[in-house]
Amino acid sequence: MSREPRTFADVLRMNLGAVTARASVRMVAAFRERSWLFGETVFPFLSMSTFVLVYRGLHAPPAFEAFAVLGGAMIAYWNNVLWSMASQFFWEKEQGQLQLYLITPVSRMSILLGMALGGMLATTTRAIVILAAGLWIFHVPFPLERVPAALGLFVLTLGALYGLGMILSSVFLLWGREAWNTVTLFQEPVYLASGFYFPVRALGTFVASAAGLIPITLGLDGIRQIFYGEAARGFLPLAWIVPIQAVLLVLYLFLAHRALLTMENLGKREGRLTIRGG
Amino acid sequence: MSAPAKGPAIETAGLTRTFHTRRERDVLALRGVDLRVERGECFGLLGPNGAGKSTLIKILTTLLLPTSGSARVAGFDVAKEALAVRHRINLVSGGDSSGYGILTVRETLHLFARFYGVPWPEAKRRAEELMEITGLGPKADTRMSGLSTGMKQKVNFARGFMSDPEIVFLDEPTLGLDVEASRAIRSFIARWVRERPDRTVLLTTHYMVEADELCWRVAIIDHGRILALDTPRALKRALPEETVFVLHLAAPPPAGWDAGIGGIESAIHQTHPGTGGTELRVTLREDQVIGEILGAFRQRDIEVLDLTKHEPTLESVFVNLVGRGLDEADAPEAEARA
Repeated sequence: MSREPRTFADVLRMNLGAVTARASVRMVAAFRERSWLFGETVFPFLSMSTFVLVYRGLHAPPAFEAFAVLGGAMIAYWNNVLWSMASQFFWEKEQGQLQLYLITPVSRMSILLGMALGGMLATTTRAIVILAAGLWIFHVPFPLERVPAALGLFVLTLGALYGLGMILSSVFLLWGREAWNTVTLFQEPVYLASGFYFPVRALGTFVASAAGLIPITLGLDGIRQIFYGEAARGFLPLAWIVPIQAVLLVLYLFLAHRALLTMENLGKREGRLTIRGG
Repeated sequence: MSAPAKGPAIETAGLTRTFHTRRERDVLALRGVDLRVERGECFGLLGPNGAGKSTLIKILTTLLLPTSGSARVAGFDVAKEALAVRHRINLVSGGDSSGYGILTVRETLHLFARFYGVPWPEAKRRAEELMEITGLGPKADTRMSGLSTGMKQKVNFARGFMSDPEIVFLDEPTLGLDVEASRAIRSFIARWVRERPDRTVLLTTHYMVEADELCWRVAIIDHGRILALDTPRALKRALPEETVFVLHLAAPPPAGWDAGIGGIESAIHQTHPGTGGTELRVTLREDQVIGEILGAFRQRDIEVLDLTKHEPTLESVFVNLVGRGLDEADAPEAEARA
């Protein structure tokens, strides 16, 4: 029989259950399907290695090699946001599964948060492997004592980045009929604009500012500054980056909530949430 | 939020749903549907593709908003109190599969239980019970990606009952399943309703036998309108059709065998040239006349080997109301979109 929560604590418990349930799918997938692990670590590692070797060949300062290693690790998150967050609701709809989520009594934000949390945790395993392999193979300088500070900004960045992914999942669902093309459209330009393999300052103020809307741009810029100081050739001062990322986090979570409501209401009005008839 | 526990399980009034299409004129998928399903009822919705069945179910399960009219499920308005409705319902759509290929059958059922706040021990017990009933037990630890289509559909079916819903919507639950699996599903539904007299099932189906076997009342819907609503027996009785009896006789009936028997509309017999066995098909105005017919054969020492009564079926009710069979209807575009 239905067990409608009576207190706020009950509602919270139920929604936390949904978050962990949805996150667990990602976690199980990450460890059960090892071929994904291979594709998502080895290939980004190879791209990253190219840049490290190019910098080494050009006798660039060692910090540049570290930029490429850090960027290579962070790319895993951007790919995860695009392929497993932004396009996820679209795929769920195509499989006829979205409606099963929409008829559950939990908040849609819980389902999205679960997807985000699971994605973050699963991707972190890949990012750690890429980072560790890069540091170990290329002997890139890495000041370990600065890890806690960098970790703070990293967590803030991931929060804002997955908030953006949550917005995109609603947007893709309603307007991304060809999700594959849309994802491809976003993937490569962001590799360039966010400065995954070089300081974003090199792109000029206008492009770097615009790219700053993608939280990974300023997050990576800030993390590099934490580790390598002046040598990081930062675009914005670190003192600005932290509040900007915090604002983006709150803003994107708010917009994700609004987008989800809009998506659901529009979908219910126009009949776009499900695909089957009968 | 939890207030209404009395009143009908489902109630709609003047429910209308229009789909706006860019290229063509608007399509009316539901046209003023008035429906009342009592608590504890197994209610059937029969109609061809595009009749409006799925649109109605989607509105009742809060997936679609009505254009006009109202719909209440478990006493709550589906448009204004969707969350309260969702706590009390579940949906199984035939042809869909639940969950992710990477998860096992057991994990899939546990996953969906968590979206309904089902406590772990209860979820575990229910999953085992449902897997047992649906024959999924031996596949409990098989990944979804390794299951056949029929098995996936069984998982989808079991998922719909993991939350132990007050009202369950079954949209073509046996679509594409083999005969044995369909029978298992039907017997599960019958048992579920029998053992839980306060639960309600709304079943849409193409299969007349399914509706006849399971549903206490049936609504026939076409082009978004409910054309008839009653018990299967009453619907069949309302047909302007006579009862047909088919008798297999050991020998052909002599000429004039029916002299003096009133109430026979027609009698046609056909004798097998090799065996001499005869099939006699008689159409009667009243059932009782069959007694007189049997008496007439007894008097003439003609052995009656077999007697079958052919009653009108829901299929004939449907054809009579809609003017065509279930498989002859086309689905309007709007319904396919919904």
